[in-house]
Amino acid sequence: MSRLSILVLAPLLMLAPAAAPAAGYTEVVAERSAVRFVSRQMGVEVGGSFERFDARLEFDPAHPEQGRARLEIDMASIDAGSRDANEEVVGRDWFDVRTHPRATFVSSTVRALGGNRYEVAGQLTIKGRTREAVAPFTFRQEGGLGVFEGQFAIRRLDFAIGEGMWSDVGVVADEVQIRFNVVAAAAR
Amino acid sequence: MTPVRYTAVAIVLHWLMAALLLGLFAVGLYMVDLPLSPRKLQVYSWHKWAGVTAFAFVLVRLAWRAGHPPPPLPASMAVWERAAAAVAHGALYVLMLAIPLSGWLMSSAMGFQTVWFGVLPIPDLIGKNEELGDLLRIIHISLNYTLAGLVLLHIGAALKHRLINRDDVFGRMWPSGIRKT
Repeated sequence: MSRLSILVLAPLLMLAPAAAPAAGYTEVVAERSAVRFVSRQMGVEVGGSFERFDARLEFDPAHPEQGRARLEIDMASIDAGSRDANEEVVGRDWFDVRTHPRATFVSSTVRALGGNRYEVAGQLTIKGRTREAVAPFTFRQEGGLGVFEGQFAIRRLDFAIGEGMWSDVGVVADEVQIRFNVVAAAAR
Repeated sequence: MTPVRYTAVAIVLHWLMAALLLGLFAVGLYMVDLPLSPRKLQVYSWHKWAGVTAFAFVLVRLAWRAGHPPPPLPASMAVWERAAAAVAHGALYVLMLAIPLSGWLMSSAMGFQTVWFGVLPIPDLIGKNEELGDLLRIIHISLNYTLAGLVLLHIGAALKHRLINRDDVFGRMWPSGIRKT
């Protein structure tokens, strides 16, 4: 390598770290992340989950307000708690998966609530209906990974989840708890 | 002679239990073939609530029975008849306990906790495990048909005492207190 090129490259190499994005967590570890939900049927909590989803995020605890998240759920991967339910909920009255194969959450703002608590607000779209959603979450660092855990409630009828005879909230409650647990590695 | 009738409490408990079991059995047969619907979820919940109630009833009956032994069987009964009656009654009690237990365990294995009347949660003794749930379902159904067979035997034996032997055995549990004449 010529002396000239070293002279030219050296300043660039020194600049490189400063030009990289702020330190933060961006690489979601899918196999350690989960999106679950809890509904109430006849007063009894029934758990479910989504097996396939794509989560992207950028979060630096030093600058939480710059955090961003985007979650895309493959609705066909739903486990609603039983075989009967799994066959039922992909249908038109529930998630109408054929017409609406994905549900998404796109964050708009993230703010710190103090301590390890934060809150993300954004647009939640399920079955083609979009509603504002606000989810408090906690963040902790664990073995070089960032762990995000949060829970928020939606009203299923806001999204036309469970139409027709299923709109009776006396049998299946309107409120559904959504729980997420996302593990992400630091930016490379 | 010692009293020939069961106590009034035992008679009331017996007939309430009979009505409850008949209802539970009929509802059980009806609900399993329902297509998934809000009605099905309701009926399953009712069945489970009634099943827990039946279990509690059996415990009450056993407690009462412990303090109030049944009246003696007539001296005219043969030893084998007494033995058969004891075994059949014992089996009825075992099934009345085992059936709700199997239903509760099945429900847990299927992933549905039992919450009595939607208010009192009964803990899940076992975790969700659908294969175990399928097995418990078969056990629950088999025990129920066994109970149904035993109940028919029980009714047949009671009627035999009434119509053929013409002894006190039927009357000691019949609500209106039919006596040997």
